[in-house]
Amino acid sequence: MAKINLNGRDVAVDLPDDTPLLWALRDGLDMTGTKFGCGIAMCGACTVHVDGQPTRSCVTPLSAVAGKKITTIEAVGEAKVGAAVQAAWQKLDVVQCGYCQSGQIMSATALLASNPKPSDADIDAAMSGNVCRCATYVRIRAAIHEAARTLA
Amino acid sequence: MNMTAPNAGLSRRGFLKLSAAAGGGLLIELNLPGGHALAADAGRFEPNAFIRIGRDGVVTLVMHKVEMGQGTYTAIPQLIAEELDVSLDAVKLEHAPPDPRYAEPLIGAQITGGSTSIRGAWKPMREAGATARVLLVQAAAKKWNTDVTTLTTRDGVVIDAAGGRRAGYGELVDVAATLPVPTTVTLKDPKDFRLIGKPVRRIDAAGKVNGSARFGIDVVRPGMKIATVAASPVFGGTLAGVDEAAALKVKGVRQIVKLDSAVAVVADHMWAAKQGLAACAPRWNDGAHARLDTAQIFAHLEKSSEGPGAVAHRSGDAAAAMRTGARRIDAVYRQPMLAHATMEPINCTVEVKPDGVDIWVGTQVPGIAQAVAAQTAGIKLEQVRVHNHLLGGGFGRRLEVDFIAQAVAIAKQVRGPVKVVWSREEDVQHDMYRPPYLDRISAAVDARGLPVAWTHRVAGSSIMARFFPPAFKDGVDPDAVDGAIELPYVIPAMQVEFQQVEPPAVPTAFWRGVGPTRNGFVVEGFIDELAASAGQDPVAYRRALVKDERARKVLDLVAEKSGWGTPLKPVAGHRAGRGVALMHVFGSYIAQVAEVDVNADNEVRVRRVTCVIDCGFAVNPLTVTAQMEGGIIFGLSAALWNEITLADGRVQQSNFHDVRVMRMNEAPQIDVHIVPSAEAPGGVGEPGTSVAIPAVVNAVFAATGQRVRTLPISGQLKST
Repeated sequence: MAKINLNGRDVAVDLPDDTPLLWALRDGLDMTGTKFGCGIAMCGACTVHVDGQPTRSCVTPLSAVAGKKITTIEAVGEAKVGAAVQAAWQKLDVVQCGYCQSGQIMSATALLASNPKPSDADIDAAMSGNVCRCATYVRIRAAIHEAARTLA
Repeated sequence: MNMTAPNAGLSRRGFLKLSAAAGGGLLIELNLPGGHALAADAGRFEPNAFIRIGRDGVVTLVMHKVEMGQGTYTAIPQLIAEELDVSLDAVKLEHAPPDPRYAEPLIGAQITGGSTSIRGAWKPMREAGATARVLLVQAAAKKWNTDVTTLTTRDGVVIDAAGGRRAGYGELVDVAATLPVPTTVTLKDPKDFRLIGKPVRRIDAAGKVNGSARFGIDVVRPGMKIATVAASPVFGGTLAGVDEAAALKVKGVRQIVKLDSAVAVVADHMWAAKQGLAACAPRWNDGAHARLDTAQIFAHLEKSSEGPGAVAHRSGDAAAAMRTGARRIDAVYRQPMLAHATMEPINCTVEVKPDGVDIWVGTQVPGIAQAVAAQTAGIKLEQVRVHNHLLGGGFGRRLEVDFIAQAVAIAKQVRGPVKVVWSREEDVQHDMYRPPYLDRISAAVDARGLPVAWTHRVAGSSIMARFFPPAFKDGVDPDAVDGAIELPYVIPAMQVEFQQVEPPAVPTAFWRGVGPTRNGFVVEGFIDELAASAGQDPVAYRRALVKDERARKVLDLVAEKSGWGTPLKPVAGHRAGRGVALMHVFGSYIAQVAEVDVNADNEVRVRRVTCVIDCGFAVNPLTVTAQMEGGIIFGLSAALWNEITLADGRVQQSNFHDVRVMRMNEAPQIDVHIVPSAEAPGGVGEPGTSVAIPAVVNAVFAATGQRVRTLPISGQLKST
């Protein structure tokens, strides 16, 4: 039985400690906003925040997040930066199939939380771990700049 | 957008019969333009298969196409809502169940693919909306005892300005459902459009930015188990044995299901299923293809493509003209197997019950899904209820139902619902692949270097022969030669052939851009070769050959917008170049210019792509632009890097570390220009991909002087 702090609430998960957080969220807690893409931290679809840091939940065991604050896509919009990112995503019509966008938004929110005015190079560095097969990169970049403007 | 679950996957027809029986309500069958239509007095108005309006005024639009990113869940509502006069914010969308009434008119089956959705929906969906609106207006006129000509509509309300009366559509449904349906309706003049042609933002975006959107993989059912599978790593192999005891020792593993050529581990959650699969260490009988490799497949293609193929197109006498030219140019182009690698891994949830089977899945082909599930379960078609979902990417992979048949076969042995989820490795190694192709292409040119004869033999798999056999006639696969025949150029004598060559054991399937994406690389690469051979500028050469004004316009505009002919500034020690490509495919005219940078290690970086598309009337310019941006980059990953290879009968790639998908830091600047047009809409989901590949290949030639005739580009360039 692992205890985690998920989106501001203490939650007990009845799964082995070595279970990746991704599967604890999706199959243990029916929280399906966090996506499975590759299972080896190569695509970023499963990105969540652990104590504010963007983290690939598919390779992060429950044992590594005990006592830490986990934020997922379901709650990222409760904070100002996440809400601004989600709004910019809609304003610039970023999504296509949408499957990777939970992870994209988690990575972008973490970037803006630590770097309120990222350059294109900063965006490249922060976002290159998130694959989008529909290739919405042009608009993701623009939406990050847009969110930075609205937060300024 | 408020996404609702459809009627438990029952066909609409079946549902209406049921509701009539259960509620004793009046059921009226009507004939409407655009389809077989019904209206039911069950507290709602259904003027046709696509629209349902309740007494509460809620307008539900039933989406006969699926949403896999291409924007149909915004564009089709635009078409209906425009003529129905409702606000897009007010509509609810529902995934259509399998039903012949939802067939794509351009294909004749309930399929989302081939960049057909808006082309096929353009008139029928506007008519569906207009018919409903006419009936609602007539209902108001009857209620108020006034003439329809005095009434107008706006945002779901019928307005009698003179009489000072208003009625929401919901108040009119009972009367509207009793009226005879008009056989013809007048559509709006495009100058009055408020939604069509406007840059309307996607209505499926909210759920996709807050995690609430439900893809097939997100299905949760009471008591549901999770299964993951391993199929024989060698195509055609069978399961020899598994260590069940070891797998069952993993906490959370419930059951091992053995199929002829695969094993599934059923567990409480995916982590246990994955560990159980590793623990059961399946053993395989590799079968006849244990030594198959990519070199053999291409050797087979090479040899098979020597003989004459089935003639797909003949204009003039190409053989005779070939002898009259001043010079002859021959080339062989090769294209590798490709994986789809949709971001949402393959999955299907199934529950086998005494009265039938429920399947929850994201599919491009609900009707075929239903049929294969019925066949696998050994039950009647109507006993299968398909609950379709948003698709986390399609690209042709979800036109296939191999995984649905597999999931049903597994579920037959499992009590209660089971969600079968493939690992990414399984997804890459058991895809149904874009087949390998080899093209032999030749031209004779006159003294000015312009073609007088053209022959092109396409050799490779016929996906159509398997997928839709009636379309494969006299040895010709119309998809395999699509983009090879209707060139935007004047070629006096031309012969195009198809030689069906199936790779042994490898399952093949459609891939974004289908025939035009393969043929674009060959034809536009070869046109570029002819231009170079004639010593002419690639844009000027094409311009001299283009046969119609729309093609000329996109070519001229792409040259202008890209700064064609202006100097490029390569990074020190690098080489830079621009390449152009032009196609008339999927009913659209499209031209692109790519700018590449090639470093000392021959690594190619695409810096910028300028794209001009004339897709006829652009129903949603924001979506058209998005499809260009995304389609181009999808093509660039393939052009630069992608290749599925086989060794010892097995796919050698397995995940995103060796299936390289373009990333943010590698993506070029993309400038898209849409040519204003009043023509009927053309397709936009695929042409961006088709043209990007030759544009980059031609840019690499401009930068390096090296002509790439085998994809991917990576590994093809020689050090100079």
